[in-house]
Amino acid sequence: MTQDDLSIADPKMRAQGVSVFYGEKQAINDVSIDVGTDLVTAFIGPSGCGKSTFLRSLNRMNDTIAGAKVTGTIELDGEDIYAPSMDVVQLRARVGMVFQKPNPFPKSIYDNVAYGSRIHGLASSKADLDGIVERALTRAGLWDEVKDRLTESGTALSGGQQQRLCIARAIAVDPEVILMDEPCSALDPIATAKIEELIHELRGKYAIVIVTHNMQQAARVSQRTAFFHLGTLVEYGKTTDIFTNPKAERTKDYITGRYG
Amino acid sequence: MTFNAAALLLLILGLALIGWLAGRARSAMLAGRSGKKLHSRPQYHGWYVALWLFVPAAIFLAIWSSVSPGLITNQVLASPAAESLPAFGFERSAILSDARDVAQGKAAKVRLPAAAPLVEPYAAATHRYAWIGIAAMLALALAGGLYAFTRIRPDFRARTRVERIVMALLLLASLVAILTTFGIVLSLLFESLRFFSLVPMRELLFGTHWNPQSGAPVADTFGGIPLFWGTVLIGAIIAMIVAIPIGMMSAVYLTQYAAPTVRKWVKPMLEILAGVPTVVYGYFAALTVAPALRNFAVAIGIPNASTESALAAGVVMGVMIIPFVSSMADDSINAVPQAMRDGSLALGATPNETIRQVLIPAALPGVMGGILLAVSRAIGETMIVVMAAGLSANLTANPFASVTTVTAQIVKLLTGDQEFDSAKTLAAFALGLVLFLVTLLLNIVALRIVKKYREAYE
Repeated sequence: MTQDDLSIADPKMRAQGVSVFYGEKQAINDVSIDVGTDLVTAFIGPSGCGKSTFLRSLNRMNDTIAGAKVTGTIELDGEDIYAPSMDVVQLRARVGMVFQKPNPFPKSIYDNVAYGSRIHGLASSKADLDGIVERALTRAGLWDEVKDRLTESGTALSGGQQQRLCIARAIAVDPEVILMDEPCSALDPIATAKIEELIHELRGKYAIVIVTHNMQQAARVSQRTAFFHLGTLVEYGKTTDIFTNPKAERTKDYITGRYG
Repeated sequence: MTFNAAALLLLILGLALIGWLAGRARSAMLAGRSGKKLHSRPQYHGWYVALWLFVPAAIFLAIWSSVSPGLITNQVLASPAAESLPAFGFERSAILSDARDVAQGKAAKVRLPAAAPLVEPYAAATHRYAWIGIAAMLALALAGGLYAFTRIRPDFRARTRVERIVMALLLLASLVAILTTFGIVLSLLFESLRFFSLVPMRELLFGTHWNPQSGAPVADTFGGIPLFWGTVLIGAIIAMIVAIPIGMMSAVYLTQYAAPTVRKWVKPMLEILAGVPTVVYGYFAALTVAPALRNFAVAIGIPNASTESALAAGVVMGVMIIPFVSSMADDSINAVPQAMRDGSLALGATPNETIRQVLIPAALPGVMGGILLAVSRAIGETMIVVMAAGLSANLTANPFASVTTVTAQIVKLLTGDQEFDSAKTLAAFALGLVLFLVTLLLNIVALRIVKKYREAYE
């Protein structure tokens, strides 16, 4: 693995020697990576390379899968997230997640966005909660489209709107990191462009990690790119370097479309 | 010579086997001789012959078995010896059946002297109709078999025909249950109409006094409200207060918390509860739960607590329904996509918050459907209420008092010697009709809810 010229002085998240096992099967082998505070980091690689698995270990969503085991250390602001003292509920409030398929709850648009705030008791009054919902929807670029129908069901929105609703839902909890697991794979090109635009706008406010199949997307939205193959991190560097001047042969073959 | 249906069925099965072999052999032979390729494989030609041979003959056999006793009796009644028979009633049929048993070798000699002269005509008629039946059946079998046999040609589409016959048989099988239900409904309906010609429908549905007397209808004794209330109190209120929370909680535990090994053991055990005969629950309710509840009621100073109480029957019925509610809730919760659960957990919700705020609301329509189905089962349940709820029709909200239900009253009205034309007996059919319509409605609504909900996640 090559990792020179990565000037991340104060990483938001730092993974060192991380391996993930599902029962007997090893899905991730010895991955070390730093996630910058105000950067968008893209994980690319062919299907089954372990990039989603690795992403899910960053907010311990792998805990919900029976038989999953993570070794190595993952730190958030220098704090080991797998330490016994870490409260997984608080961790997930700090490290939000957006999924591959939009998964709004079968509740109103308002209740979808307010869900996390209510659970964590972030709002002290109804007006406060209204403010949180409006800010989150505005940041997610959805406010103008839904402000007149906040009581309608979140599932009645279009696919792209649903995905932005899910991003708003994650933002409303005021996280520090947002993990996105192929957020555009179920969307059409126009909805995809909107999400990418949104990622641009959110950059700097949150550390963003995005898993994507689409290499053009990685090139467009990210500043750092990590290339995974067969459960290992092959190459990690500035996005411009990875796409114009890859160091590893496998990376070159993948981004030029020889496999994957 | 008697008409032995089982032996004849074996006979035509044997003929069908011969037909199968013959058809198969003939198709192969014809193909070999003409050099043409067979459209269908030889065994399909065999099946074609066998089915044509067997099915018409078997249908005839079934019809003849039910028709011929009547024909035999008619012939006997037409004989001179039958003129001395009493005109109607029990004695006449006893004499006839006595003579028939002797004539058909089921009894050694007549018990009623009046039957003796009828034995000879009976034997003759039995003999005659047996021969007619056998001859007709064999003729039908052979005609069918020959018809099919002569149609065999290399390009004959035997496979298509066989598939079509098989399809028709399958359709027939699925119609049996539907037509039977239809027949039951019709018979319920006709008997109910007879009842409503004696007692106005308004009285049954809205009257508040239930005390049916045998014989002629007396005004104000067929009020169904106490029964309907008892049914609702036991089946829809008390049983559901027990079954819904416990069933839901066990479903939540099994789907969300239980380790796979625990689930593997607990779920089948819960389902075994559903297989316990209801009469066993009835014993439990009447002998264990009811006395315990009565003692409890007396201890806390509730007057007129009865050993037969709505509470005992309702609680035990609720326990009986638990696996039903639990399994429907289990299915609905499992049908909520994993993504929904992940979405909630990823926002920092605890498993408990996820269940209460996301999974259960999302599963609610399915759960509601399950509960309605459970109610429809509970109000149709008979054995527990007969044994534990009592038979006195009280219009009371006191769960420690004895109440009665529609099903318990139907049992009471129809057991023992009854005349099938008294208002009292006919009332059972009218009650049955009401019960049938209510459960039918509940089932339709429940299935619609469940179906609509399933579509939402596909």
